[in-house]
Amino acid sequence: MTDPAPTEPGLGMQLLQVDDLHVQIASRRGTVRAVDGVSLAVGAGEAVGLVGESGSGKSMTLRAIMGLLPPEAKITAGRVLLDGIDLTQLDHGQLNKIRGPKIAMIFQEPMSALNPVMRVGLQIAEGPLVHLGLSRAAAAQRALELMRRVGIPDPEQRFRAFPHEFSGGMRQRVMIAIALSCEPQLILCDEPTTALDVTIQDQILRLLTRLCRESGTSLIFVTHDLPVVAQVCQRLAVMYAGQIVERGTVEEVLTQPYHPYTLGLVRSAPDVDHPRATLAAIPGSPPSLITPPSGCRFHPRCKFAEEDCTTEEPPLRVLRSGRATACLHYERCQEALPLGAER
Amino acid sequence: MGRMTFVYRRLLLLIPTVLGVTIITFFMIHLIPGDPARTILGIHATPRAVAILHREWGLNRPLASQYWLFMDRLVHGNLGTSLYYGVSVSSLITSHLPATLWLICYAAALAIVISVPLAMIAASRKNAVRDHVVRVVPLLGLGMPAFWLALILQTEFAVRFRLFPVTGYGTGFVGHLHSMFLPALTVAVALCPVVIRSLRASMLNVLGADFVTTARAKGVPAPRLFVRHVLRNAVIPAVTVLGINIGFLIGGTVIVESVFAVDGVGYLMINSIFQRDFPVVQGVALIFGIMVVVVNLLTDVAYASLDPRVRFDR
Amino acid sequence: MSAISLTPAAPAPAATAERAQPRRARWYRQPALMAGLVIIGIILFMVIAAPLITPYNPDTQNLNAILLSPSAHHWLGTDQEGRDTFSRLLYGGRTDLRIAFIAVLFPFALGTMLGSVAGYFGGWVDLLIMRLVDIVVAFPFFVLIIALVFVLGPGERSIYIAITLVGWVSYARIVRGEILVAKRQEYVLAAQSGGLSSVRIMARHLLPNVITQAIIYAMSDIVQDILAIVTLSYLGLGIQPPAPDWGTMISDGQNFLTTHWQLTTVPGLVVVVTGLGLSLIGDGLADLMRPGQS
Repeated sequence: MTDPAPTEPGLGMQLLQVDDLHVQIASRRGTVRAVDGVSLAVGAGEAVGLVGESGSGKSMTLRAIMGLLPPEAKITAGRVLLDGIDLTQLDHGQLNKIRGPKIAMIFQEPMSALNPVMRVGLQIAEGPLVHLGLSRAAAAQRALELMRRVGIPDPEQRFRAFPHEFSGGMRQRVMIAIALSCEPQLILCDEPTTALDVTIQDQILRLLTRLCRESGTSLIFVTHDLPVVAQVCQRLAVMYAGQIVERGTVEEVLTQPYHPYTLGLVRSAPDVDHPRATLAAIPGSPPSLITPPSGCRFHPRCKFAEEDCTTEEPPLRVLRSGRATACLHYERCQEALPLGAER
Repeated sequence: MGRMTFVYRRLLLLIPTVLGVTIITFFMIHLIPGDPARTILGIHATPRAVAILHREWGLNRPLASQYWLFMDRLVHGNLGTSLYYGVSVSSLITSHLPATLWLICYAAALAIVISVPLAMIAASRKNAVRDHVVRVVPLLGLGMPAFWLALILQTEFAVRFRLFPVTGYGTGFVGHLHSMFLPALTVAVALCPVVIRSLRASMLNVLGADFVTTARAKGVPAPRLFVRHVLRNAVIPAVTVLGINIGFLIGGTVIVESVFAVDGVGYLMINSIFQRDFPVVQGVALIFGIMVVVVNLLTDVAYASLDPRVRFDR
Repeated sequence: MSAISLTPAAPAPAATAERAQPRRARWYRQPALMAGLVIIGIILFMVIAAPLITPYNPDTQNLNAILLSPSAHHWLGTDQEGRDTFSRLLYGGRTDLRIAFIAVLFPFALGTMLGSVAGYFGGWVDLLIMRLVDIVVAFPFFVLIIALVFVLGPGERSIYIAITLVGWVSYARIVRGEILVAKRQEYVLAAQSGGLSSVRIMARHLLPNVITQAIIYAMSDIVQDILAIVTLSYLGLGIQPPAPDWGTMISDGQNFLTTHWQLTTVPGLVVVVTGLGLSLIGDGLADLMRPGQS
């Protein structure tokens, strides 16, 4: 039984509250438990990171929140409360009204995420046109403003251009503009910079953080890349095999992880400032989500594993305000970490 | 390159093809076993008539010279004289062409109207019952002889139920719409299987694409999503397929015109075959060839108009 | 600060969100393919076993028994010359199917050959052959067939010639396309560096791999050929009477559509069902060749 998402002191009801979310996928080999009891909270104006390797369920979580799961996947339990409304109970029409004005999403592949036959300006203007009841001219004006805000040069010309005429970084700026177009309260980001050049990544991240800070928009930022999370988010949650295994502020978790998996992630991230002779990888491979290991799902790969780790599935325990871990023996992590992981 | 440059380039590439078409059409006369003139005239083959034809077609001259004669006439719009009607072939063709053009456009329009909803129904739930039904039923259309369907439709709806005229082209716009409905439907039925299959496949492709997820994430309502995002992308490959099969479409009009006695060039061709009117047959074959080439060009242009990525390549 | 990635974990097993790649389906488990084979099997059986099934000779006229309705004696009745319709149907099938199946072989062979040459050698050979393809394709299939048969004279031989001259293009295109892709594969480079002659490479290494697409196309081509044969006969340009044939049956029966509709309707239905069976086989084969995409 996982703990309900903790409330941040002083912020009252959370903007987004995910309670015990379960997503299952029907496949030929059995039922995949892609998201297995995830709880999450995001306050107004906050940027929360969701970190894990591929297959950990982080993208599925975002999709479940938006109601954009692939046809084989279903939410089998849990609630997603946005401003008090349970999104899992809404039908298509109601969901469509929320997408855009209240909640928006940015995807990983800017190449394929834009309609190739529709002009870029129109794609940005589409949201305001449909949701805010603006006239075509007013929506176009708004699109131009947005293009300027996200730093697309020469917006009047570029308005009529098609996606294939843009570079990857520019397309992602377009996606950001689309996401901001109806001034949502929350933006979900699914690895938005992974597919970009390293130099462009930095620009986009800075842009995103600045814009969200300026407008007070909350973010959920999914990535497998620790330094990126550190740059963008204040809090983070670590996912493994469909579950959240650790939670806390970015400083807390990255300087002193309380879960061996997080420890492994931190250790294996190469750090330019403190070069190591060898990169430490996490041994073993991600577990099956159809028949996960008994007890703690990480135990086959964990060097601190003990008897009790294999028998009972450990819950996500709150240690103090905002800090939680699913490791029964998290103190072992404190001993293991050398001091090299500061920013 | 802009759209016009695209068109000009395509036009230039067409020239060798059109030349080839003329060569084949020209050559048809030499495939006739024995003396072409004698064979064609049949029982009317008096020595004098044969000699006249020989002179008119230049059959005594060397091959290249004959071709030159043929092309020279062609460029001036002279396709020869009909043996049966005695008037110029080009005038015959000009008077019969409108009906065929009507039939082609009407059939293409009907095919689209039938295929788009069916493809949509199939693609909306892949591998469900309705998908399989939509995929199998058109297979019946693939194997269906056009003239047979034409006969049945004619007997049922025109003769028995008197809903449509039995034969003819009709007069006036509405008259055409009414008279040509059954013929156009017959031709469309042959076209639908191919169009449905291709539209369904491209719709399935598009439905799974990332940009559709983006649009859904934007909260775009279903009708707009379907038209401006899904359909708009899905038609692109389907247009190409339609264009490729226009050749069959046009060929199918020949027999359908005959059954419904619609006064088009196909009807003209069939009758001329039975009347052994070789110049007309040759002329019509040439026209058909040129029609297909033109339609292919239009398809390419339509494709370039629909897909902005194409124009900027190369 | 640069964004640095973690060392990638070992590849995840099939239990992630994506579907695992299914194994190549068994051919007898494909419903389309099986249905098609059953249909064609039944038709072929009935057509081949015609003398055993029906006692009547398809050409025997019996002017005392014209235009009879279906009965126990004549399962489909008789036509305007007293011939048994059912027999004519079966024997007509023999003629039409025989011609169609043979007729598809010539374009197949010619087109495959020209397509391989064009695809493998490229250059001006390719250009020439493809120009030729463009020109032939410029004519509507059926118009060219009719014109050729008209010119060559009606009958079976003209049908073969016309279909061959017109039909080779699709095979050439398909085979050329497949070869263009295949010749970049490593096993071809290996054969070339082993010093094998071009012909040998084409015949023994490339062709077996590219032929499948051509065979799948051949299924729909047979349907086209049946339609062409039947249409020509309807017009009187194809199989000449008194030989029984579906097209002639439809033509003979069209004057009696309101009274004895089975004379025209049944042969047409048989053509449709045959086309259905062949199309199902073609689709089934195509699905088989692309695992996991039915």
